Amino acid sequence: MSGPVIELKGVKKVYNLPSGDVTALNGVDLRIDEGEFVAIMGPSGSGKSTLLNQIGCLDRPTSGDLFLAGKNTREMNDHDLTYLRLTSIGYIFQKFNLIPLLSAYENVEYPYIMKNRKPDDTGRVQHLLSRVGIDEALSAHKPGELSGGQQQRVAIARALVNDPAILLCDEPTGNLDSQTSIQIMEILSDLNQRGRTIVMVTHNPETAAYADRIITIRDGKIV
Amino acid sequence: MITKDIILTLAARNVRLHFMRSVLAALGIVIGVVAIASIGMVGTNMTLSVTEELSDMANKLTVTPYRGGGGMMGGGPGGGGDQDDEDVITEDEFRDIERIVAKYGTAYTLMSESDQIEVGSETGRATIYGLDPDIIREILIVETGEYPKSTSSVVVGPTLAERLDLKVGSKIKIGDPDEGATTTVRVVGILEERGMSMDLSTDMAIIGSEKLFTGIYGGEGEYDQVNIVVDDINNVDAVKTAIEDELNRKEDTVTVQDSSRMMESITSTLSTMTTFVMAIAGISLLVAAVSIFNVMMMSVNERVREIGILRAIGTQRGEVLRMFVYEAGILGIVGAVIGSIASLAIGYVVVFGMVGTADYFFAMDSLIYVPMAMAIGAGICLITGAYPAWQASKLDPIEALRAE
Repeated sequence: MSGPVIELKGVKKVYNLPSGDVTALNGVDLRIDEGEFVAIMGPSGSGKSTLLNQIGCLDRPTSGDLFLAGKNTREMNDHDLTYLRLTSIGYIFQKFNLIPLLSAYENVEYPYIMKNRKPDDTGRVQHLLSRVGIDEALSAHKPGELSGGQQQRVAIARALVNDPAILLCDEPTGNLDSQTSIQIMEILSDLNQRGRTIVMVTHNPETAAYADRIITIRDGKIV
Repeated sequence: MITKDIILTLAARNVRLHFMRSVLAALGIVIGVVAIASIGMVGTNMTLSVTEELSDMANKLTVTPYRGGGGMMGGGPGGGGDQDDEDVITEDEFRDIERIVAKYGTAYTLMSESDQIEVGSETGRATIYGLDPDIIREILIVETGEYPKSTSSVVVGPTLAERLDLKVGSKIKIGDPDEGATTTVRVVGILEERGMSMDLSTDMAIIGSEKLFTGIYGGEGEYDQVNIVVDDINNVDAVKTAIEDELNRKEDTVTVQDSSRMMESITSTLSTMTTFVMAIAGISLLVAAVSIFNVMMMSVNERVREIGILRAIGTQRGEVLRMFVYEAGILGIVGAVIGSIASLAIGYVVVFGMVGTADYFFAMDSLIYVPMAMAIGAGICLITGAYPAWQASKLDPIEALRAE
């Protein structure tokens, strides 16, 4: 497929706070093609997380349009956007965000069940886990029993389980030591090499170095 | 390990994670269900047991002189101490009644008076009945002794006998010595306990022949009451109507009563009481509902971040809602099931203790309260769980993810 996987046209996001309106994004135009690895950088409060949340359909723009695979998300309701998050977007968070009640295996299987309405009988979950370096014994553990690096590996496997077109990473190494960070970035880099589109927010230049393209955002605008 | 419905799995695991809290919340439902079910069962068992007792009298009618309006009990026998002379059923009227009843059953007359009695040095009051000796033999059962054969011999009720320490052979003086002559009679038999009845209450009475009665009080051919025993219960209404048509043709002279009104009144009183007490028991369920609500609100509040994650990775609002409704439902159903088992055990004990018999415990009308209370208990859980669940489902994913 050619053409942009993600396209933002004049996306503005204004938060109405009691202290006054805060413009988090001020007319962002961005185009990301399939297979790109884009890093979004910028100081705190510059709007980079807001931008990622827009792309991830966790939020709606105040004005402007977001196209995912050519489809305008403005026309979608909450149900459609949720389904899009389930099937087309993989999210990796700084704080891993695994479900504490589920084992590592179940965490990865969860989006699979939500999409397919049945447990995984293809071995995909276990395959993905071993690909990120979590063996069968470890996958039976609850997130609380895993190290940060292990949790992030599980989170990557979870993000991939429904084979999404886009992988969004919000400071994926922000809570990890440098050794583990390199391992995680190598996994992401490998995924990109295999054709996965990745958009990553980071403030760490070393992490950003893995990307093909670095976008800097300041005061809600791409500079 | 993981059930087909992962949303249910999540709900169940959260219940298990906060085991103590969940147990306490469910305990509220258990108590509520037990309270409602047991009280409902006690009420039904009482009603069934009273109905059964009363249905023994369903084939009986009483005819009393019309006293204008007339209360429920019509001032039945035993209350006629200061009766007006006209308030009697005459011999002619009795002949009419007897003629009407002949086809359907038997009628007998009853004379009654309340008077002072003296046994040895003890004095007291009792109802004195005058009945045809053949009728005494027919309708009353002597436990010890024999039926009265002469005009000076009587049988007494067991309660009176016990109270005044009467034995076969004891002598009773009837009448107030200050007001005139007294009559001494001899006890020849003590009756079996008969209980309260609308036609004849003998437990606290002295029963003698009509001759003895008229010998003391006069009034031959004037009866206080006529009792009718109808052979076929289906004819009760016909007999009642026939007597009323015949005797009350010109003006109301008699009141005919059957046990149905008494039964209706008693069962309706019992059911009102049962409903009222059940409503009080319902308060315990209300308290349980508040506790479930509290637990559910806590559950939602401490899992805001988890809800954010679930929403971010593609869980629909409806599924988040379902997760919390399931959680409330699990508490409700577990509470209701334990409550129903407990209410069978506790209900049995309470029914046995309060009604005195558990004969009707397994009757449909009684057991129906168990599923009913279960449904109310589980239903209340779902209703109170609905609001926190709805709150959870409309959380903004980004806001929720930010929560610590």
